[in-house]
This record gives sequence, structure tokens and C-alpha cells, in this order.
Amino acid sequence: MTVKTTAGRYGRALRSSVVLHAVMAVGGLIMALYLVAHMYGNLKIFSGQAAFDGYSSYLRTIGEPLLPYSGALWILRVVLLVSVGAHIYAAFVLWHRARAATGGKGGWRYQTTRNRRGVQRSYASFTMRWGGIVILLFVIYHLLHLTANVIAPGGASESPYERMINGFSIWWVVLSYVIALIALGFHLRHGVWSAFASLGANTSVVRRRRLNQLAYAVTIVIIGGFLIPPVSILMGWVR
Amino acid sequence: MNITLRIWRQQNHDDQGRMVSYGVDDISPDMSFLEMLDVLNEQLTLTGDDPVAFDHDCREGICGMCSLMINGLAHGPEALTATCQLHMRHFADGDVIDIEPWRSNAFPVIKDLIVDRSALDRIVQAGGYISAPTGSAPDANTTSVARKDADRAFDGAACISCGACVAACPNGSASLFLGAKITHLGSLPQGQPERDSRAVSMTAQHDAEGFGGCTQIGECTAVCPAGIPLDMISQLNHDVLSGLTQPGGQ
Ligand code: HEM
Ligand code: SF4
Ligand code: FES
Repeated sequence: MTVKTTAGRYGRALRSSVVLHAVMAVGGLIMALYLVAHMYGNLKIFSGQAAFDGYSSYLRTIGEPLLPYSGALWILRVVLLVSVGAHIYAAFVLWHRARAATGGKGGWRYQTTRNRRGVQRSYASFTMRWGGIVILLFVIYHLLHLTANVIAPGGASESPYERMINGFSIWWVVLSYVIALIALGFHLRHGVWSAFASLGANTSVVRRRRLNQLAYAVTIVIIGGFLIPPVSILMGWVR
Repeated sequence: MNITLRIWRQQNHDDQGRMVSYGVDDISPDMSFLEMLDVLNEQLTLTGDDPVAFDHDCREGICGMCSLMINGLAHGPEALTATCQLHMRHFADGDVIDIEPWRSNAFPVIKDLIVDRSALDRIVQAGGYISAPTGSAPDANTTSVARKDADRAFDGAACISCGACVAACPNGSASLFLGAKITHLGSLPQGQPERDSRAVSMTAQHDAEGFGGCTQIGECTAVCPAGIPLDMISQLNHDVLSGLTQPGGQ
């Protein structure tokens, strides 16, 4: 036997913060999976220009002839775009709700200046919103640079390999990537654990510890993997 | 001990409110925090001032009425301790202590340190019950409950509905409270018929009251006097998501 919910409450629960967090979690995890694949692809820079450029064009032929040229890539782009859009939409709605619930002041809504940093929050958990905006700005810059070829520090090129070498031979380009990766690292550190908890996977104190360890591991692999190529190029280990 | 108190004074809901300083002398370290406030109120009454309004009832950590933000910490500096169970020995002679009411848009201030926490009651009214057949009491052990489930339900039932989790949450969320209620009834066989609709309805009410969402920061668990664990929020998320996707859930 189950007892039914009234339609009004069902509809309201569908728009609840719990559901928005689930949407944000799924979007975030899809982006994180994409980042793992992207990071792995970048490491092909060490196999030389032919292999790297070949990999880039191979990505466009996945699924052929079933899919048209670039078909799989476009499917991936649509999935990613939907994930990013849903993630950001949910983030802003929840941000708005949290502000409304606390008179716009969040953790700073008390007169006292003591214990403003709370008791057990982490830096990562408190910078998700502004950190996310930093990541968004970086992603736009990044797409203009290495995907759309609009910004070309160090010289434009048709070859993705050369674009990467040209760009990352300049110290401030590498620095901007490092800063963005640190922001991404904090976001993933809290985000991966939070996503699983939002989806109901945090079932015990032990599981909470495991999920946090998983978040650290994912963060270290992704950030470490992304850092290796630009730093190697700057150092002149790859040319 | 001599203590200086800075207390939020607000005549009524529409009053602006402000922090006011008071001195209390000769406080025994064995006094509870509320007894220390009683001393202050006696002083204020004798001088013809308006005593500070604050919520309290059992003064033994079980009713959930006491509710003070002490130096920016809900229920003060001691873990797993409600304000009424906090003793002055945790403070030092000469300390300045800031005392404020719980802050949340869903908890309007009634007077001074008293806020209206009816929003939590309305969440419970939306689904915090089980349908039990009326008549004579059932025989003991007709429904067996696994030890693990009984313990889990009891851990959830330990919530005293004080609202400290809301006061401490940077998002103003009552998710820890809600998770405790959902886990309490949802872990027992008697709570299964309404398990889905309970999670869905109580969540709908939680959001309608204007509480924020949970970002898994965990400030609530740091101040909760009943030790409700963060995983009960994940249990809530799980039950809401499955409740919304059950066929015929609506
Ligand atoms: C583009 C701009 C972005 C913004 C504004 C943003 C914002 C946010 C916010 C506000 C949260 C909620 C914090 C919390 O629940 O504790 C969050 C969670 C998360 N973010 Fe992002 N984010 C962005 C990009 C990304 C990217 C690129 C990834 C890729 C890996 C990502 C992965 C995650 C994950 C996995 C979560 C956890 C979801 C959850 O808490 O349920 N985010 N993000
Ligand atoms: S979960 Fe803890 S802090 Fe929140 S209302 Fe219950 S007892 Fe109070
Ligand atoms: S007065 Fe009852 S719990 Fe503190």
C-alpha cells in the first residue's frame, strides 16, 4: 500500500531545492567525466605532432559511417552544453533561494563578528558559487583560444598541436591556466562529494569519508593531468 | 565570574532591533547559561527595565525550546549541547558574550531572542505521521524491526526540532531537521506506506516556508545538539528522488 501525494505538493517538490541539486549533480558529474577524457587527450601531446593532430581529427570520425563527420563530437557538445546550462541554471536559482532565506547575507547574517567562518566548513565548500563563475569565465576564454582559434597568443595555427605549443610557451598563458585549474580543483573537491550526497549516495559516516576520498582522488587526477602538458611545454620539454 | 553581555533587543517584529550591552557580576561557573540570563533578568526587573525575552522550557536538553546564537554559534561553543545544558564554566571571567536570535527568513523574530519556529511544525504537519489502525494496542512484537533499522530510526528521532541547523546554515536550509524526520519514520516498517508521499510533501512544505537548499557544507551537524548526522540529508534526497519517480507517486 502506498499513500499518494496531492498534486500541488508533488508539483512543488518537483521544483524543490532537492531536485535542483540532483540536476546540478548530474550535470556536474557529466562535466567531470568529460574533463577526465579531455585530460587524457591532452596527454597525447607527448606522442608528437602527428599523433596529437591525428587524435584531434580521429575525434571527428568516431561513429562513422553510422554518424556523419564530426557527428559524435556534436552529440558530445550538445550533451555538454545541456549539462553546463542545467548546472548553471540550478546554481543560480539555488543561490537566489539561499540569499532569500538568509536576508541576502548567508553566513554573515549575525551582528557578532565571531565565528563568521563557522565550525567545520571547508574553503572549497564556501567558494562553490564564485569559484564556478571563475571557471565559467575561464571556459569562455579557453574556447576562444584553443577551440575557436579567435584569441591566439603566441601565433595562430591550423594544427591543434602548434596552437598548444605556441600558447603554452608564454608564461602568462600558463599562469592563467594554473589559476583556473586551482579554481576548478576546489570546485571538484567539494563538488564531486556533494554531487553523490545530493543524489542520495551518502548513507553512513564511513561512506561520507569514502566519497570525500573519491573527490580528492578525482580532483588530483584531473588537475594533475591537466597541469602536465602546459608546464612541460613552458619548460621546453615538448616543442 | 563577571561577564559582559551584548544582547539583541527588539521590542516586536516590526521594531528595528539593536545590540545592547549589560554587565552581570558574581556568576557561578556552575550556573547554566540560562540561569545566568535569569540573573540578568532579575537585575533588569529590579531596575524597572524590560527583561530579555528568550525561549526555554525543559532546561534539560529534550524539548528544543532554547535557541540562542552565542558568539555566532548556535547553542554556543560546546558540541552536542543545547543552550540550556551549556554551563558558564566554558566561559572565562571578564568575557564579552554576544547573544542573538536564530536568523532565517522563515523564523520571524517575535521579541528579543525569541523567534517563531512554527515553520518547522508545518513541515511536520505536512507528513510527519504514520497511518495506524485505531483500536486496541497491537501485541508486542507483531511487527519485528531489525536492530539496525530501530537504531537508525532512533538516531533520527533524537532531533528535538530546535532549529539550530537552520540558524547555522549559510543557505538557511532546514535540511538536517527534515532529514532527521524523514529517516526517523522512513526507517521503520510502520512508516513505509507513506514513505514516498511523506518525503515529497514535507520537502514541498520545507521549500514553501522559504528555507534554502543544502550544499553539503555540514555547519548544521557541527551545532546540532542531538548529533543528527549529515547522511540523513542524503537519505532525504534519496527518498524525495525515488518518491517523485515512483509510478503513481502523485
Ligand atoms: C560554469 C560555471 C559553474 C558554476 C557557476 C558552478 C556553480 C556551482 C555551484 C553553485 C554548485 C553548488 C555548490 C554545492 O552544491 O555545494 C556547484 C556544484 C557542482 N559543480 Fe559546478 N559550477 C560551474 C562549473 C562546473 C564545472 C565546469 C564542473 C565540472 C566538473 C562542475 C562540477 C560541479 C559538481 C560535480 C558539483 C556538485 C553538485 C551538487 O552539489 O549536487 N561545475 N557548481
Ligand atoms: S537536526 Fe539537530 S539542530 Fe536541527 S532541529 Fe533537529 S536537533 Fe535541532
Ligand atoms: S530548554 Fe528544553 S532543550 Fe533547552
